[in-house]
Amino acid sequence: MKYIDEYRSREYAGMLSRAIRRTATQPWRIMEICGGQTHAIARYRLEEMLPPGIRLLHGPGCPVCVTPERLVDGAIRLAAQPGVLLATFGDMMRVPGSRSDLFRAKARGADVRMLYSPLDAVHLAATHPEKEVVFFAIGFETTLPVHLTALKEAIRRGLANFSLLTSFFLVPPAMEAILSDPDCRVDGFLAAGHVCSVTGTAAYEPLAERYRKPVVVAGFEPVDLLYGLHRCICRLEAGEYGVENAYTRAVPEGGNPRFQALMDEMLEPCEGDWRGIGHIAASSLRLRPAYGAYDACRRFAFLTEEGATDADTEETPRSAAAGCLAGEIMRGRKQPSDCPHFGKGCSPDHPIGAPMVSAEGVCAGYFHTES
Amino acid sequence: MNCSIPFDDFDCILLGHGGGGRLTQRLIREVFYPAFDNPLLAQDHDGCVFPVAAGRMACSADSFVVSPLFFPGGNIGDLAVNGTVNDLACCGARPLYLTAGFIIEEGLPLGDLRRVVASMQQAARRADVRIIAGDTKVVERGRCDGLYIHTAGIGIVPEDADIAPCRAADGDVVICSGPIGVHGIAILSARESLGFETALRSDTAALHHLTSSLLANIRDVHVLRDPTRGGVATALNEIASAASVHIVLEEEQIPLPAPVRAAAEMLGLDPLYIANEGILLAILPEMYAGSALRILRAHPEGREAAIIGHIETGPPSVRLKTLLGGSRIVDIPSGEQLPRIC
Repeated sequence: MKYIDEYRSREYAGMLSRAIRRTATQPWRIMEICGGQTHAIARYRLEEMLPPGIRLLHGPGCPVCVTPERLVDGAIRLAAQPGVLLATFGDMMRVPGSRSDLFRAKARGADVRMLYSPLDAVHLAATHPEKEVVFFAIGFETTLPVHLTALKEAIRRGLANFSLLTSFFLVPPAMEAILSDPDCRVDGFLAAGHVCSVTGTAAYEPLAERYRKPVVVAGFEPVDLLYGLHRCICRLEAGEYGVENAYTRAVPEGGNPRFQALMDEMLEPCEGDWRGIGHIAASSLRLRPAYGAYDACRRFAFLTEEGATDADTEETPRSAAAGCLAGEIMRGRKQPSDCPHFGKGCSPDHPIGAPMVSAEGVCAGYFHTES
Repeated sequence: MNCSIPFDDFDCILLGHGGGGRLTQRLIREVFYPAFDNPLLAQDHDGCVFPVAAGRMACSADSFVVSPLFFPGGNIGDLAVNGTVNDLACCGARPLYLTAGFIIEEGLPLGDLRRVVASMQQAARRADVRIIAGDTKVVERGRCDGLYIHTAGIGIVPEDADIAPCRAADGDVVICSGPIGVHGIAILSARESLGFETALRSDTAALHHLTSSLLANIRDVHVLRDPTRGGVATALNEIASAASVHIVLEEEQIPLPAPVRAAAEMLGLDPLYIANEGILLAILPEMYAGSALRILRAHPEGREAAIIGHIETGPPSVRLKTLLGGSRIVDIPSGEQLPRIC
């Protein structure tokens, strides 16, 4: 199959692995911030193909995992309202709130639907005019245009019963939060190819300059990832920083201007609340006031009231009290195996920390593939 | 008051068809009996009485709630017969008799029920089993999704067969009789909400021809398993756990059709966890591997049979050697990847 087999080739992967071994003369720590890349690294056991000095750190790249607990609680409460139909991606169903999850809410009678596309939620709004259809929309820059396109479609069709409960995150502010930490242990970054296919690569230039780190845009197949790592290590060995695109078949330098315009028109920056990490300034996006009628947080006032009281009390104490290292792991300070709960009290069936929640979370990825 | 209403005046199932009265009798006599016709069923009794041979028998039961009822390559009726036939076959048994219970939603088109029943009859004929007892209940509209079927079956186990998950042993090979993931993807393609098209048709089939050929020609087959819900990964994990052995799979050797791989990539599913309804996993000593492959490949359902792994001593788990030469643990999923697949 074109564009898959070539990038999973044992021969090419072997060549790149040997090239990395020849290039690396000292230990380097490289972080990716993308659940898809984390998943591929675990699935193909790429760390086994690297020399021992090269450590891969796995940043907060899974939007399911970093969606704040209070928002999951809000979604559960919303779904339980009479007349509300709450739809979301399958991954969100298992994410634990403070007391329950959407699977349990559904079993207790809430109208919760698992969908593959937000456009299906627009269809539900059209076919269920008697219901308030809320799509629990999560994602990084990659997914946002899909949600916004669905909202545009709902508006075009005059569906006043459609709204989005948004949990949108931006990658560059998370990178900055990690880099600005005095204990930062990251030498270089792989940037997520699909995020960059929307945003372009310019947003990473100031970060690379200010913190003097190489940022290499990489794809998701094993050969793509090994190539990205090789380029990053070449730059580290040469003492070069800056942004390099190692995924040119999908990422134009300027990204996708149409999607960028759509995001500018419909979204405005706001403070982001990252599960397991905490608050990061201007790291999230919400619907602009012009689209406020379609923002579930404005339409259902109790969501924000509840959020305001929960924000300071729920997440941090819960993880800290449990001794969970989620935040440390997502900042690159610890590995999943360092955590006392990993594989014991904390498993995909009973996640304690955010990265165990979704298949793309780093702890879940390692739980599924390590003995 | 005895004026009977012609059955064909109804084009769908009514609550009365489950009431035990005249409508129920007519449903049985006009839909089920003609299709499943055989002397044991014709006893028209509360149950069915039949002679048994000396020796060991196998018994299995399965319920079918697949959505949608009709999908490319089959329907709930084929599944209900083949599923129980295959469970018996994987006990090493020659399937003999099935029972069939129907829970029908009020309003199900009678034509749909007739199609399902006709498929069951054809599947039973192909598998050389008889449906000898059954039951019908009707529930109010909205209380079930069209039709659920429960089948149970019994079969005779040949004297020398000793098939059980716990018999997987160090040095055995794992043989897969055909392409994986086909049934699950065919069902998904039939679900409206997914909006993708594929030429794949469910592989639902009775496997006892494969199992009986293996048992007749190979002295020491250890384990047989049809990897339905949870796919090959879950079936092999269960075997690893039952036998306390380590199973090593070779990703390169697993027969994976291109359309299954493409759909799985798109939907974010791992083909190893996708349900199958027409493939068999056989675990047997390596010395018999060549003849087992020849036997399986002589059947149309086994044309693409391949050795996909082997058994070692070690922790009771499944490890996959990836295309890149690394290896990773293949875990049991925490829940169902795709609900209502069979």
